[in-house]
This record gives sequence, C-alpha cells and structure tokens, in this order.
Amino acid sequence: MAGFDKVVSSYEEAMAGLTDDMTIIAGGFGLCGIPENLISEIKRKGTNGLTLVSNNCGVDDFGLGVLLPNRQIKKIVASYVGENAEFERQMMAGELEVELTPQGTLAEKMRAGGAGIPAFFTATGVGTPVAEGKEERTFNGRDYILEEAIIGDFAIVKAWKADRYGNLVFRKTARNFNPLAATAGKITVVEVEEIVEVGELDPDHIHTPGIYVNRVIQGTFEKRIEQRTTRPTDQQEAKGE
Amino acid sequence: MALSREQIAQRVAQELKDGYYVNLGIGIPTLVANYVPKDIEVMLQSENGLLGMGQFPTEDEIDADLINAGKQTVTMANGASIFDSAESFAMIRGGHVDLTVLGAFEVDVNGNIASYMIPGKLIKGMGGAMDLVAGADNIIVTMTHASKHGVSKLLSNCSLPLTGKGCIKKVLTDLAFIEIKEGKFHLLERAPGVSVEEIIKLTEGELVVTGDVPEMKL
Repeated sequence: MAGFDKVVSSYEEAMAGLTDDMTIIAGGFGLCGIPENLISEIKRKGTNGLTLVSNNCGVDDFGLGVLLPNRQIKKIVASYVGENAEFERQMMAGELEVELTPQGTLAEKMRAGGAGIPAFFTATGVGTPVAEGKEERTFNGRDYILEEAIIGDFAIVKAWKADRYGNLVFRKTARNFNPLAATAGKITVVEVEEIVEVGELDPDHIHTPGIYVNRVIQGTFEKRIEQRTTRPTDQQEAKGE
Repeated sequence: MALSREQIAQRVAQELKDGYYVNLGIGIPTLVANYVPKDIEVMLQSENGLLGMGQFPTEDEIDADLINAGKQTVTMANGASIFDSAESFAMIRGGHVDLTVLGAFEVDVNGNIASYMIPGKLIKGMGGAMDLVAGADNIIVTMTHASKHGVSKLLSNCSLPLTGKGCIKKVLTDLAFIEIKEGKFHLLERAPGVSVEEIIKLTEGELVVTGDVPEMKL
C-alpha cells in the first residue's frame, strides 16, 4: 500500500499517461526553477500536439525550447517569448499558435484553476489586444475584463525539497509559477533536488501541501543561468579591476 | 543637451520617497537603483517573486535560483521576502506598489501606453507590463522623446497596440519631464540646455507650456 507516498523512481513513470494533444502547465520563470528533466522526458517520449502554459518558452537548446525542433508544441500560452530563434520562426510561419497573456493574469489563471474558480475579472489588459472578444464589466466606475481559469491535464513543477507525501519547499526565486502550476494539474508531477522523510519538513515552512501533488521524483539539475550579471568584489574594486 | 540614459535614471530617482516599494522595469528603469538618495530607504520589487532586490552578486555569490524579472542574477537586500507569482501580482494589481518605472515605445495625450509589440517586427510579449500599468497609480514612463529620425513618440494617439489605456500620468524623456492630464501633455521641466521650442517641435500630441519652464536639476 503506497498510502500518501508519491515518490516514483523513473522519469518514464513520472510522465506516464501523457498523450498527444494534452495541456501541460509548467512552472518556471525564464530558465529559473524550470522542471528541466520532466521537459526532457516529454521530448524523449515524443508526445505531439501539446498546449503548453508557461510564463516563457525556454531557449533554443534548454527548457521548453527543446520541444520545438520536433514540433511537439501546438500552442503556447505565455507572457514573454521569443528568446529563441526556432520559436520565432515557427510563430512567424504560423506553425505555432501563441496566446500572449499578461504575467499576472497567467498566474491568476493557474491559481483560479487550482482553486475551482472558473473565471475572474481583472483591469489588466482593458483597452488592449488582450481584451478582444472578452466580456467587459464595470465595478465601482472602473472597467474590467473576464479572464478564464486554466487547468492542465498535467502540471510539471520544480521544487527544492519534497517529503515522500509530496509536501514541497521551493528555493528563492525558483518558486515563481511553480506553486500555482502545482495546484492546477489534473496530474501534478514534481521534480526536486532532495526527497526527505515525512516529518522532516517543518509544517510551518511548507509552501505547497502534498494534496496538490501526485508524483515526486528526485533529479539532478543543470540550472542554466540566462543572464549572468555580477559586480566586482571589494578587493577587485580596490585594485581597479 | 539630451539626457543620457544615466541622467534619465538620475532624474527619476529624485521622485523616490523614503519607505517606497518600487518596481523598476527593464532597461533605463533598472538604472534608477544606482541613484537612490543616500538618506532614504526604498525596497525594490521584482515581479518574478522578490521584494527587496539587492545588487548584482559577486562571482562567488551567483545563485541560479536567484534572478530578477530581467532574468539577471541578483542578490537579496536585508529584509527581503520571496513569494510566488500570484502573490507578486497581487501586490502589483492590488495597488500596493508605491512607484512603477517602465519604458515605452509610445505614449499619448490620453495616458495610453504602447510598449510591448510592433506588429510584424517585435512580438515577444508583455510580460508583467500590462499588470503594472493597470495596477499602479503612480507610474513614470522613461523613453526617448523621438526616434533617431526625429519622429515623435509623444502622440495624440498611440499607433501601436496598447499595453494600457488611460493609465500614464508622468513621462520622463531625454528632453523633458511631462505630465499628462485632461487630454494634454504639460511640460514640467526641460533637460539642461534643451529649448522649449525644440521640445514642442518633437512632441506630436498637444503640449501645454505654462510660463518659464525650469531646467531639470541633476
């Protein structure tokens, strides 16, 4: 009896059940906190016709960008894209459908999806192309548009630590969309740097309770940095370097 | 002389107040952090989930899990907090951020802003910009006044797809500090050595000039 034990031992098992034309919600901001190995598994599996919901779409050879060359993505819902040449080419050629969504609206769509709220009103996007075809309402003299929630057939998430019950802790800004994605998947798969025993995580410090999580796998991560920006150390500065 | 990028940032920094929570966009707005007056405290919000953004890390401090909204490696200031993206945009959309500084391609006399898309050319997306302009009351747009070819970016009507409607009240360009109210631009200050005539010439939308317009102090 597995009980609440969510740990799986292979990436194949982690993504079992993913089939063509499904919707996947992915955590991550840029390349920070992306479920990099789960993405690789989707590439390996060769699943096609996917709708991806993610703030960004990776770069040419890392993150969700690796799903582009084999045309596995049919549609992407994102706030900021085009950090990769192949993405731009497919978009311009009409091979890839892109639904640009304001970042806060995207986060809220996931949150609402996970919380059983079918839609919400927001001032974001009023009077812009984002508002086209959407219901508009006025509350207290201000205009709002109706945005619908998103639920994924799968949610793929990267966390720092999990216990075997799928309670999650994220690290620094690698948290970003991950806790929201975790709530909005019919099947939520989480990869982590470390799996600890139940009871080791302080209940007060758990970011995502295990109820949202279906599968947990421990991986190793490249954690590629998109913009490496530094300042000189005090010593370097003193030497005029 | 038109202001340099650094000088624009310097002038914006004068609008910061002690205890302000501030969101700085990518580009010139980011430079504002370098000119925070020594005698005040401000806290920088980065919409990927960090309140209390610090300076860039030294080579030894680099952490792939700690970036800003421009995807640059950063550090955390003393008293920083970390949160998810929905929480981050609750701060922004709920009007809790005291000042937002962001760039634009165009603004117009009705406070409309276009900053995220040039059809057929640049289609990267709005990121958090639409949320920021819709949620914030106090916004300063930083931009160049006109293109290199002398085409005004301060218009009677934005020509590009909008990022937000009727939400911009202050614009700081390389030539002028401008307020938008009652469907007109109002010239508040001019860059040192830049004449009112020059600003009028490069402002396509209606510009109101009242009395002697002071030069910016940098």
